[in-house]
Amino acid sequence: MTTTIIWTIVAITVLGVLLAVVLYLVATKFKVEEDPRIDEVEKVMPGANCGGCGFAGCRAFAQSCVESGSLDNNFCPVGGNEVMKKVAAVLGLEVHEKAPMVAVVRCNGTCANRPSVNDYDGYRSCKIKAALYSGDTGCSYGCLGCGDCVAACQFGAISMDPATGLPVVDEEKCTACGACVKACPKQIIELRNKGPKNRRVFVSCVNKDKGAVARKACSAACIGCGKCEKACPFGAITVENNVAYIDFNKCRLCRKCVAVCPTGAIHDINFPTPAPAPEKAAAKLAAPAAPAAAPETPAGKPAAAGSQETGKKEE
Amino acid sequence: MMKTFSIGGVHPDDRKISAGCAIEVLPVPKTVYISMAQHLGAPAKPVVVPGDKVKTGQIIGEPAGFISAFVHSSVSGTVKSVGPRKDLAGNPVTHVEIEVDGDEWMEGIDTSDTLAAEVPADVQFIIDRIKGNGVVGLGGATFPTNVKLCPPPGKKADILILNGAECEPYLTSDYRIMIEKSRQIVVGAALMKKVLGVGRVVIGIEENKPEAIAMMSEAVRELAVSSPDYAGMEVMTLKKKYPQGGEKQLIDAVTRRQVKSMGLPIDVGAVVQNVATSLAVYEAVQKNKPLIDNTVTVTGECFPKQSNLLVRVGTPLSYIIDFLGGMPADAAKVISGGPMMGKAVSNLDAATLKGTSSVLFLTEAQTRRKPETNCIRCGKCAEACPMGLEPFLLNKLARNGMTDELEQNAVQDCIECGCCLYTCPANIPLLDYIRVAKGEVIRIMRSRTAPKK
Repeated sequence: MTTTIIWTIVAITVLGVLLAVVLYLVATKFKVEEDPRIDEVEKVMPGANCGGCGFAGCRAFAQSCVESGSLDNNFCPVGGNEVMKKVAAVLGLEVHEKAPMVAVVRCNGTCANRPSVNDYDGYRSCKIKAALYSGDTGCSYGCLGCGDCVAACQFGAISMDPATGLPVVDEEKCTACGACVKACPKQIIELRNKGPKNRRVFVSCVNKDKGAVARKACSAACIGCGKCEKACPFGAITVENNVAYIDFNKCRLCRKCVAVCPTGAIHDINFPTPAPAPEKAAAKLAAPAAPAAAPETPAGKPAAAGSQETGKKEE
Repeated sequence: MMKTFSIGGVHPDDRKISAGCAIEVLPVPKTVYISMAQHLGAPAKPVVVPGDKVKTGQIIGEPAGFISAFVHSSVSGTVKSVGPRKDLAGNPVTHVEIEVDGDEWMEGIDTSDTLAAEVPADVQFIIDRIKGNGVVGLGGATFPTNVKLCPPPGKKADILILNGAECEPYLTSDYRIMIEKSRQIVVGAALMKKVLGVGRVVIGIEENKPEAIAMMSEAVRELAVSSPDYAGMEVMTLKKKYPQGGEKQLIDAVTRRQVKSMGLPIDVGAVVQNVATSLAVYEAVQKNKPLIDNTVTVTGECFPKQSNLLVRVGTPLSYIIDFLGGMPADAAKVISGGPMMGKAVSNLDAATLKGTSSVLFLTEAQTRRKPETNCIRCGKCAEACPMGLEPFLLNKLARNGMTDELEQNAVQDCIECGCCLYTCPANIPLLDYIRVAKGEVIRIMRSRTAPKK
């Protein structure tokens, strides 16, 4: 009995050693030469495999960084500048810092603002709904409210607000991977600069209808009146196809546009105080004379109050 | 034995409750809104500006491309505006708004009722009249008829099939014109036969319309003795099955020829035209009357008055509803078209199009979807699919965005008839997903072939 056990152990050990040798030989013979830096880069990546960079996953991104020998066209939106600095350190390359971005929902067609005129009983998917008709409300550009963006987000950063029927982005969790932007059939969600102290100003509407039509469908619609365009001292706002758009690279957060917007379509996020009321005659005279002085006023408010508000307010 | 198509199909209840209602002429509304996108292909280019005086039958939109059609004013009056307006689905489309003033027709249009049975000898003249009068296919797809009647070089048709199947429940507009305007339809068929140079014309009608079969057969017999232009025509009774009116299904039913995947009917030598298109061809060629009105069935169990109306193109749906006594209180859904393939209307202010065949009112109980349960692989959808596809599989692939596999499984051949959804015991919204996936796959296929050209 004991000899059988001993022989079994010996036989299996010998077999194991022999196979190990064979495996070793095969491994050295057929070794795939791969740049070891790919592994190193992959290690510093967030590992979310979200595809936000445009590649299939983190490894594909790492491979592209190593092979292209430049980080100009490669940027990991999830890891942001921090990760890109690490990647640059591994590869000994230069990286241009990018301002952090965040997904912004450009529709304020809440249940109250945008009364429903139809009742959709089809499958709960924005993609399918968009293929069938323009939506439950009179607005054919706004949010359909079936939550394709929520399903697309891998980071749990978007949720539907049952009170408004609109998606809400949690800016702490949002990594700006852009999955929601691609999922939205109405192109409502946009990646915008997160802004200093998370403060940003944007037009929360994409309705291209003429003013009266847009207003009839939704009380918070951009009617393309152009008041904001005139009020903006920095030329950041353009009105095209009856809808205003704020270029976040030019916007200096003065919030003059917020104050003049007649429908409240322009939103300011994470500011400690409400937008300054338009100083009618005085502002008109002062604006062209001293445009550079204008942004200082709101931005120069106490920082402590601002950061407290940041946590509470959400868009 | 009566013929029908060979694979798939379902048998929904007929509900042709408006079959006994003769066609009435709807009074012209005060304002019409004529869409520039009333046909498959590029929307027409408006050629009028606000303030212009137009007459009934005047051209207000010109084709913008090969697959596009003329659009004519359906009323006489003053152009109020040209711009985007919401269509039946609520999406903005360029419309011409015309305020009606009297009813003055363009010169050269024969408005008399006398039958003009003499087929012109000049084929080009017939084609020009069809094109110039904006005739499009009225079977649903609104494909420009003149394009369909001129097959690409190297392809030759040997049979013209007139589609009088009207397989959708509720719809009776084709049925009524087959009874009331049978001779005109037969003349229209003879005109198209002349253009195509085919020897055989089959008018396919389902067995549930015996009166239409009798009237059409009589018209064919009567005209056959009058001129050799009417030789080789016959009425074929088809066994009732949905979707018999599908182009490929009808060709299969009549000739037993199968159109291959992504192929066109002309590949098997057949051209299919709806009976309503044939009537429009007759009016366009023999009477020089543009396609400015069409027969619309207004029906539904909850609707007090069933009707078949001759409606001018561009009439707002709300006007039609008000004319017939207003919206019924228990109507939950308004559908443009039949219950199987029609689209729910989200905007009742929208205007009718050339291809609008019906306005159907359904109640909450008739339309509410039942909760979706799991697929048990019973295969009913695959059995019902008239294109031989596997809807349960396509649905799974579509939900996971697997476009390559969708293409391999021929999602592009789906005719969106809705048989799969109708038959599914688990209430899975199969077609909803497949329709979106089909659009995506066709777009990918086109983008692949585009750069090679």
